[in-house]
Amino acid sequence: MILKILKYQLRDVFRSRWIIAYILFFLVLTDILFRFGGDGLRVATSMMNIVLIVIPLASIILGAFYLYNAREYIELLLCHPVKRHQLFWGMFLGLALPLVAAFSGGVLLPYLYNAAGAEAWRSALMLVFTGSMLTVIFVALAYYLALRFDDRIKGLGLALVICLFFTIIYDGIILFVIYMFSSYPLEKPVLVLSLLNPIDLGRILLLLQFDISALMGLTGAVFREFFGTPLGMSVSVASLLVWLAVPITVGFRRFLVKDF
Amino acid sequence: MIQVNALNKIYGTLQALSSVDVQIEPGRITAVLGPNGAGKTTLIKSILGLVKPDSGTITVDGIRVNGESRYREMIGYMPQLARYPENLTVMEIVDMIRDIRKSASKHEGRSASTRLETQDSKDLTADQVSDVEKGAGRPGNNGQIVALHQPAQGDAPDLELWDRFGLDSEKDKAFRTLSGGNRQKVSAVLAFLFRPKVLFLDEPTTGLDPVSSSILKDKILAERDRGTTIILTSHIMSEVQELAEQVVYLLEGKVYFERSVSGLLEETEQSTLERAIAVKLGRRSEITAETGEVQ
Repeated sequence: MILKILKYQLRDVFRSRWIIAYILFFLVLTDILFRFGGDGLRVATSMMNIVLIVIPLASIILGAFYLYNAREYIELLLCHPVKRHQLFWGMFLGLALPLVAAFSGGVLLPYLYNAAGAEAWRSALMLVFTGSMLTVIFVALAYYLALRFDDRIKGLGLALVICLFFTIIYDGIILFVIYMFSSYPLEKPVLVLSLLNPIDLGRILLLLQFDISALMGLTGAVFREFFGTPLGMSVSVASLLVWLAVPITVGFRRFLVKDF
Repeated sequence: MIQVNALNKIYGTLQALSSVDVQIEPGRITAVLGPNGAGKTTLIKSILGLVKPDSGTITVDGIRVNGESRYREMIGYMPQLARYPENLTVMEIVDMIRDIRKSASKHEGRSASTRLETQDSKDLTADQVSDVEKGAGRPGNNGQIVALHQPAQGDAPDLELWDRFGLDSEKDKAFRTLSGGNRQKVSAVLAFLFRPKVLFLDEPTTGLDPVSSSILKDKILAERDRGTTIILTSHIMSEVQELAEQVVYLLEGKVYFERSVSGLLEETEQSTLERAIAVKLGRRSEITAETGEVQ
């Protein structure tokens, strides 16, 4: 049943203009970076900054819009013998999968026809992995918001605020903390703080992978020491997975009891 | 057919339904009326399982409604405002709903076809045949039309409305490009498609032209004669008078009265339902002045 719903969702989404625009955006950008003479590794590094800002924003806004627009459609389907949990997964995967596919395709295609080396591919795949995780996390957050708030202005506004919070304000807070408590050893608290932000987590994972942590100064050294170890790696991936599981679970539960 | 007992639903501080008891008889058309905000939609959505009531019980044909999805196999619903995925064509939407129904009945282990013994064998009209032939050049379409008109599993869908509305000419258009009236027609076709035992029609004729509107009304009456239980809401009282036998009038979340249309007309000595309801409301209290929407 989930597959049935998913099939028609995918058909619908892949025919919409915004998903085409989304693919083209990543495709053109990656291609241009390649043309500017970057090798695969450098392209991945440049793409990282774009990915970390664009993906959360696009995923959360598109996700919230999508669910608000599908509201009447959900009601209709629920009047057929469809179980709510089936419909939730159909709707969720029906948006998250196309977004992941569009992003991955857009980024990886230029790597393919530019015949990038093994090292470049490794960094590109790492970029795609992180970007995909962020996509699913922020779609889940968007679904939760859209299910929680019936007023779409409120839901979309909050989506925007959450996204800005994680991309910009959160880093500001960290900087502020570092500045305020500059006479204390802050490595560990900052480390914990960055685990609480999925975008920071993604950034750390990528920076370490690309071996440019030296750019981050002292904290970079601390991160390298911690996240560079197998333990650190598993902690950060585990935190990403927690970030994935929590919004999905909360949204899912809400969907099961919601009054449509 | 449908039993609603002591149903309560509170939204925040608003008591949308307070101990509502309704019994809807099988094989009749019951109109649920009332001013805006009286709880009509909440009542219907509770029966459909979209809204979870705070207390009270609902049974449809003996099956208790509590998150169970099986009973919805015998329900058809035509919403006030239909919206389907924008980029799917009309044909794909019909196919999708059929797919979903099919896989649901498969999973539940009972085939929908067992209920549908009375199927009129439908021959393709010359018009449709030529259409099929035209469609042969376009891959995918040809097979779908044939599949729609000659279902393999024997669960013949009810395509009378599809044919009478002339939706064949719209079948390859994306839902996004359809006019309001055509959307409404698609929605009507889907509600009747599976020959449901219980039909919910929420303002069914809104946005339809007079011809389509009468086609739909004829269909509603024909379904009633076939034994389908129909629950209708409408703001057009002449339409209610034409179609319904029973009226459930809700006011501020309570059942204000529940009467047959003829009984109501007799009691109030009026010739139209609109007047009868106005008189009935005016007699008990001066409430008509406030709720002008009674129409």
